[in-house]
Amino acid sequence: MVSGEKGRLLRWWFFFLLLLSPLAALFVNLLNDNLGADPAKVIVKELGFWAITLLWLTLSVTPGIKLLGWRWLMSFRRMLGLYTFFYAVLHLLSFATFLVGWRWDILLTELTKRPYIVVGSLALLLLIPLTFTSTKAMQRRLGKRWKKLHFLIYPISLLAMLHFIWQIRSDFGQQLIFAILLAILLGYRLYLNRRS
Amino acid sequence: MSKRLIREALNIPSSEITSESIYKQRRRLIQAAMSAAILPAFTYPSFARAAGYEIPDDLPRYPGPAWLRQKLASAVRNPDLSVSDELAPYYHIITHNNFYEFGTDKRDPARYAQNFKTDPWKVEISGEVAKPGNYNLEDILAPHALEDRVYRLRCVEAWSMVIPWLGFPLADLIKRFEPTSKAKYVHFTTILDKEQMSEQRSSFGTIDWPYVEGLRMDEAMNPLTLMAVGVYGNALPPQNGAPLRLVVPWKYGFKSIKSIVRIHFSETMPETSWNVTAPSEYGFYANVNPAVDHPRWSQATERRLPSSLLSPNIVDTLPFNGYADQVAHLYKGMDLAKWF
Repeated sequence: MVSGEKGRLLRWWFFFLLLLSPLAALFVNLLNDNLGADPAKVIVKELGFWAITLLWLTLSVTPGIKLLGWRWLMSFRRMLGLYTFFYAVLHLLSFATFLVGWRWDILLTELTKRPYIVVGSLALLLLIPLTFTSTKAMQRRLGKRWKKLHFLIYPISLLAMLHFIWQIRSDFGQQLIFAILLAILLGYRLYLNRRS
Repeated sequence: MSKRLIREALNIPSSEITSESIYKQRRRLIQAAMSAAILPAFTYPSFARAAGYEIPDDLPRYPGPAWLRQKLASAVRNPDLSVSDELAPYYHIITHNNFYEFGTDKRDPARYAQNFKTDPWKVEISGEVAKPGNYNLEDILAPHALEDRVYRLRCVEAWSMVIPWLGFPLADLIKRFEPTSKAKYVHFTTILDKEQMSEQRSSFGTIDWPYVEGLRMDEAMNPLTLMAVGVYGNALPPQNGAPLRLVVPWKYGFKSIKSIVRIHFSETMPETSWNVTAPSEYGFYANVNPAVDHPRWSQATERRLPSSLLSPNIVDTLPFNGYADQVAHLYKGMDLAKWF
């Protein structure tokens, strides 16, 4: 690890750009006509994939520190959380724009009647308070309540998983991998909780 | 997949690709020969010559086996059974496919089906027919002239395309094999070939391969029901279900089974793949119906491809995909919400 202020800054930029790269790749592929005959669906799907991947990575920070001793991970937990929100918002916006064309009649029934969209929207909605209380100042101001509020990440992850499972047509390979990873991540919390 | 790279990606040997000039030359020759003959004018008075299709030079063409080319080239447009909606571009038709045997992403079949062997091909005709047997595709097709028909295709996932098929009425094929009075349903089966079809090897798939579809006899005999061997003036690409597929334009796309190796006649309703996999989501009939939603999404509208990103091409879905005049009578008195 590079040490000192300069090293920290370098590392910060490295992770910032790394987590932005899926979006950049999507954009470049779109401009190069590389997303196939129906880019709309591919974009929505990819953004959703990165939102849930980043959520799982956010949940991996604590086990990473405790099991591997990677204390530096802690300084990137906030960035991972904010990127989760960022990709989740883009996911919803691209759905509403590219697939529904902001047809309010369709949007309204989709957001209220379709179980997987209801569940996904709820997960996104719950991410909002976490996003706006993510600063150090808010953390100080909320004190103990901050931690309680941010426990919301657990129900959010379950909602996101359900939202993902509801996309299954016939092959559930990808969903199975994410479910196993989530079981490990949440199981580890239960284990910690029981031990203390 | 980039259009520029598609030929490489699709891995078509250049010897298999008919150049545009030769294709047009052949077409002109055949057209000249046909117009000299009196056949088209007399036998099919309402038929017009099939339109020349615009296929960009950087996209692969699929000429099909030598024995099929003459047949494909002499296909004539059936204007009475064609819609006038704007055609989907060739690129969309050959790269956006649901053919789960080759992968569940729409782009997978175009990527992974290119080396799929579709000639020679046999089709088993079995069950309640006077002339069962295992026939060469060439012999099955021999007596049938091909028509060029422009149909709407509505996927159950709420996207749609307008596609010019080359094929012949399934009814004509069925009559030749003389079904018995017990034949109430037709079953179709896609090839089972785990070597060539990766998804048939998947441990996480829920479809019990091979893929099976079916129709009630009166649906199969309807003049709209087509057996297709070509698309866009050429042979079917493997990703579109070569060498022989079904096209039932008033039903959701999954009914139009691809790469058929068996046609079976029976007294009982077939257990069709999607219906067995998720009975609450996919019915046996699967008629396009804007009033009956899929449990997970609405069927009231569809995205007609190609669709622009910023103003998606959303159109209202029509009952029976706009073919109500020709087929609604088949379902008279049936509760379509129950028999979805």
